[in-house]
Amino acid sequence: MTRGQAGLLFAAPALCILAVFFLLPVCAALALSVTDFDIYALADLRNLRFVGLRNYVELLSRPLFWKALGNTLYFTAVGVPLSVAASIGAALLVNSRLVRFRGFFRTALFAPVVTTLVAVAIIWRYLLHTRYGLINFGLGRLGIGPVDWLGNPHFAMPSIILFSVWKNFGYNMVIVLAALQNIPEDLYEAAGLDGASAWQQFRHVTLPMLGPTLLFVSILTVAGYFQLFAEPYVMTQGGPAQSTVSVLYLLYEEGFRWWNLGMASAVAFILFLMMFAVTALQLRFGRGAET
Amino acid sequence: MRLTRATVLVHGALVVAAGLTLLPLLWMVSASLMPAGTSSSYPPPLWPDHPTLENYRILFARAGVGLHFLNSLIVAVAATGLALVFNVAAGYAFAKLEFPGRRRIHQVLVAALVIPAQVAMLPLFLMLKTIGLVNTLGGVLVPYLAGIFSIFLVRQAALALPDELLDAARIDGAGEFSIYWRIVLPLLTPILVTLAVFTFLGAWNDFLWPLVILNDGDRYTLPVALASLSREHVPDSELMMAGSVVTVIPVLVLFLALQRYYLQGLMAGAVKG
Repeated sequence: MTRGQAGLLFAAPALCILAVFFLLPVCAALALSVTDFDIYALADLRNLRFVGLRNYVELLSRPLFWKALGNTLYFTAVGVPLSVAASIGAALLVNSRLVRFRGFFRTALFAPVVTTLVAVAIIWRYLLHTRYGLINFGLGRLGIGPVDWLGNPHFAMPSIILFSVWKNFGYNMVIVLAALQNIPEDLYEAAGLDGASAWQQFRHVTLPMLGPTLLFVSILTVAGYFQLFAEPYVMTQGGPAQSTVSVLYLLYEEGFRWWNLGMASAVAFILFLMMFAVTALQLRFGRGAET
Repeated sequence: MRLTRATVLVHGALVVAAGLTLLPLLWMVSASLMPAGTSSSYPPPLWPDHPTLENYRILFARAGVGLHFLNSLIVAVAATGLALVFNVAAGYAFAKLEFPGRRRIHQVLVAALVIPAQVAMLPLFLMLKTIGLVNTLGGVLVPYLAGIFSIFLVRQAALALPDELLDAARIDGAGEFSIYWRIVLPLLTPILVTLAVFTFLGAWNDFLWPLVILNDGDRYTLPVALASLSREHVPDSELMMAGSVVTVIPVLVLFLALQRYYLQGLMAGAVKG
C-alpha cells in the first residue's frame, strides 16, 4: 500500500461522514428554504412545492422575525463587549505578579464554562426569582427594591446577558491569560523607565499587544452569542412579551413546533448570512485597526 | 511576600470574583440538600437547617433520572470513542500522508468551518427520520462522529511528529497501519486525551440537537430531561437543584481531573486562529 492510498483510507471515513451528515444537509437546507415543506409534506412528499423566495419575503414581513433579530443583536451587542471586558479584567487579575494560589483562582473563574448550560440556567432562574432569589435579597440589603428580572420585558434580556457573561467569560479569560504571558517583560520595563503609569502601561503596551487575541476572541464570542437558544428556552420560554425570542429560538419553534421546515430553513440561512457578514466586518475592522 | 496595599486589593478582587462565579454552584449543592419547600422562604436560606437526601431519592425513584443519566453516559462515551476513531485517523492523514486531492479538501474544510451546525440541523433531522434514527440514541450521536475542528486539532499536533521517525519505520518494512498504531498514536496521546475531554463534555452538555431528535421521555439525555422537568416542576426548586447537581458534577469532576489537557486544547484552537 502506498502512502497516498493509506492517506485516503485514513481520511475517508471522517470525510464521508462530514459529506453525508454535514455538507449534504447544508446544501439540502438551501433547497428546503425555497420550498413550502410543512407538516403535509412531512406526511407525503407529493405535497411539496417550489415557492422560490416566498419564505424569505414572508419572513421579512413578519414582526416576530424582526423582534427575534433585534433581540439577538441586542444580546450580542451588549453581551459580547461585557463578556470580553470581564475576561480581560479577570485575566489581568489572575496574571498579576502579586497573586498567590493562581491555579485555584483560574480554575474557580473557569468552572462555569464546563458546566451544563441547561442545568446552570435553571439555577439562575431561581437565583433571579423576584421574591425568594438570592440576587434580589442581596440588592435588598443594598436598599434596592425587588426587580422582576425574568417577568419584566425590560429586564429579561439583561438577565440573560448577565447569566451568559457569568457562564462564558472564563473561556476567553484563559486565552487572554496565555496572550498576556507572551508579552515580553522588557516592554514593561522600558515603559516603566520612561515613567509610564500602570494605566499608561496597560493602554500603550498591554492592549496593543493583545490586539490580535482580542480580535480572535470577539469573533469567536460573537459567533457563539448569535446562536442564543437554551437560555431563553429554559429561563423565559421566549417571553415576556417575546422580549427574549432569539433567531435560533424562532427557527426551533418554526421547524419543530409548527413543522414549517421550509420556513425554518430560510431562518437558518438568514442566521448564517448574518454571522458571516458580521465576522467579515470584524476581520476588516480588526485588520484596519492593527495597521 | 510583603502585604502591600496592592496585594490586598488584587486578592480582594479575586476573592470577590471567584465568590461570584462559584456562589451559584455552591447554592445549587446547598439547595439540593434542603427539605422540599424550605428554600422558598424569606430571607432565602443559604444552608439547609436539616440536610436531607430526599430530593435525590425522589429524583431517581419517581422522575427516573437514573435512566437519563445512563442515556447521557451512553451518548457521551460512544461519541467520544467514535470521534477519536474517525477524527484522529483523518487528522494524521491530513498532516503526514499526502493523498490525491488533500490540499483541495483541506481548503473546503477550512471554508466549511464558518457554517453553523444549525444550518444542517433541519435536513439532517429529515434524513435520520428516513433511515429510522429519529428518537434513538444513535441519532443523537450522528453530529459528534466527525468534526472539522477536531480533525484540525489532531492535524496540528501530528504536524509536529518528526518525518525521519516515520520514514525509518517504513525502511524497516513497517506497514502504514502499524506505523499509525505503534508509533503515531502513542506519540499523540496528549492530544487524544484533549480531544476525548472536549468531545465528552460537548456531547454531555449539548441541548438543542438531542431536544430535536428525541421525542420520547425515556430516551431523553439529562439536559433535555432537566429542561422538561423544570417546565413541570417550577416550584420544586430543591428537586430541580438535585437534578442540576446530578448533571453538572460529573463534567466538573472530569474537568478538574483532566484540566491540563482541556486548557491545552482550548489554547491550541486559539493559536490556530
